[in-house]
Amino acid sequence: MEKLELQKIANEVRKGIVTAVHSAKAGHPGGSLSAADLFTYLYFQEMNIDPRDPKKPDRDRFVLSKGHTAPGLYSTLANRGYFPVEDLKTLRHLGSYLQGHPDMKHIPGVDMSSGSLGQGISAAVGMALSAKMSNDSYRVYTLLGDGELEEGQVWEAAMFAGHRKLDNLVVIVDNNGLQIDGRIEDVCSPYPIDKKFEAFNFHVINVADGNDMDQLKAAFDEARTVKGMPTAIIMKTLKGKGVSFMEGQVGWHGKAPNDEEYAIAMQDLEKVGEALCQK
Amino acid sequence: MSEVKKIATRASYGNALVELGKIHEDIVVLDADLAAATQTGIFKKAFPERHIDCGIAECNMTGIGAGLATTGKVPFVSTFAMFASGRAYEQVRNSIGYPHLNVKIGATHGGISVGEDGATHQCCEDFALMRSIPGMVVASPSDDVEARALVAAAYEYEGPVYMRFSRLATPVINDRPDYKFELGKGIVLREGKDVAIVANGLCVAEALGAAEMLAADGIQAKVINIHTIKPLDEELIVAAARETGKVVTVEEHSVIGGLGGAVCECLSEKAPVPVKRIGVQDVFGESGAAAALLHKYELDAEGIYRQVKAFV
Repeated sequence: MEKLELQKIANEVRKGIVTAVHSAKAGHPGGSLSAADLFTYLYFQEMNIDPRDPKKPDRDRFVLSKGHTAPGLYSTLANRGYFPVEDLKTLRHLGSYLQGHPDMKHIPGVDMSSGSLGQGISAAVGMALSAKMSNDSYRVYTLLGDGELEEGQVWEAAMFAGHRKLDNLVVIVDNNGLQIDGRIEDVCSPYPIDKKFEAFNFHVINVADGNDMDQLKAAFDEARTVKGMPTAIIMKTLKGKGVSFMEGQVGWHGKAPNDEEYAIAMQDLEKVGEALCQK
Repeated sequence: MSEVKKIATRASYGNALVELGKIHEDIVVLDADLAAATQTGIFKKAFPERHIDCGIAECNMTGIGAGLATTGKVPFVSTFAMFASGRAYEQVRNSIGYPHLNVKIGATHGGISVGEDGATHQCCEDFALMRSIPGMVVASPSDDVEARALVAAAYEYEGPVYMRFSRLATPVINDRPDYKFELGKGIVLREGKDVAIVANGLCVAEALGAAEMLAADGIQAKVINIHTIKPLDEELIVAAARETGKVVTVEEHSVIGGLGGAVCECLSEKAPVPVKRIGVQDVFGESGAAAALLHKYELDAEGIYRQVKAFV
């Protein structure tokens, strides 16, 4: 798929995120928006998946270890055709299948329930291990927050993945630099992130701008060539990317826009969309 | 008189896994640097490629089990009860329980009969913890025969199962042709009309011993083996309560939240009768030989006898 096409989709994904969180009056827009390009790249370019057959055995798997950014995943799945985009408005509503955090039992395309930080990566490691044991060719991707790296289980999982040389596993870190209580280096710094994964025997790819499709493509293409070790892609991103008043603002980690803010956010994204159409 | 055969149910666990492993290629056994103690080493020897040592990292092991289950494998996640249910509680709840994944948890070294290691390793809270997770089956077999039957039944059951095994070698009490194991179904081992003793794990054999002593005093105790704490065989327990009017629970677990708790919850709603909960009385254990500990905490036949007698 062309870069421009991916950018347009990512912008639609962002609209879905903002719309879902606005409708829910709760949720996590900041980290959903920072990872919107990554979600789009994975589901529209990188992964071997089929929305018409969400459980097909040889599909690539994705585990959203930073499960609170479910709006980003849901919007991507909806735009990919797993379920109607219209349903995004039911996010977090009583009776909706779109739970506040990913629920594999009820949401088409969700490969693992997640949300309690640090746990998703272990499940992803289990999936990758299973493929190795059965000589299956599918790949496993998991997205972690940078704040999530403060959870000890992440490093238990990393140690195991490195030890088992799981080269079918790609761990992506959304390094948007902010967590609930502030900047990650002020709260409890996980830096240097790359050197930590290297020490756990990962092939590490630093992405200077994880909101740039070309850089994402280069990183995932490189990851496919890696043999004998898992890959960690550490991508610098902008929290709240695409919505002017949310960008780089820690306050938008877990807060919904009101009607007025929602209108501004959608205007921002419409403008981006129009600019992309001019290209 | 021939010596009573004694086998630790952790050994039954390892042996049962090997037998099942021969038939079912989807069985994968996980351990956390305790393969010798949990006895999954027996499986490792038979099927090295299907035994995964996760190192000393139980939370990650639990999550790996969940991931394996999503791909159709049937993982048996193995470690001490303390770590399986305690350290990794939230992983069991959120990564296995919430998505109702087909993971079996083999928790060895349950209760105070762990012995010399002392309180840090004597888990007396696991039934309470695991029982509170929606959809989790919780079982504690009474001997080798039952433990092997449980492992086989757990494999056949689709969903998460927590199985607690003992470190201590205990008498084989179910070696008879008509023995039948069914998850969620209790077994009446002795009839009696004066009191019903409901027990699980190694306490079942001790309860039978206590019933003999009670009989000598003219007290006829019905003894029920409730190997499955959840789902509880409410029908059997309610019937026993109505028949005897007095119920005693016996378990190598805190009197809070385990078998005693489950039985009280059931009876207070469906057939209120006086209940005596015999177990670990809201205290931590301590180091000592297993038999000496069971004696001190009144979980041997003599201690159970004394407490039941005082109750009836």
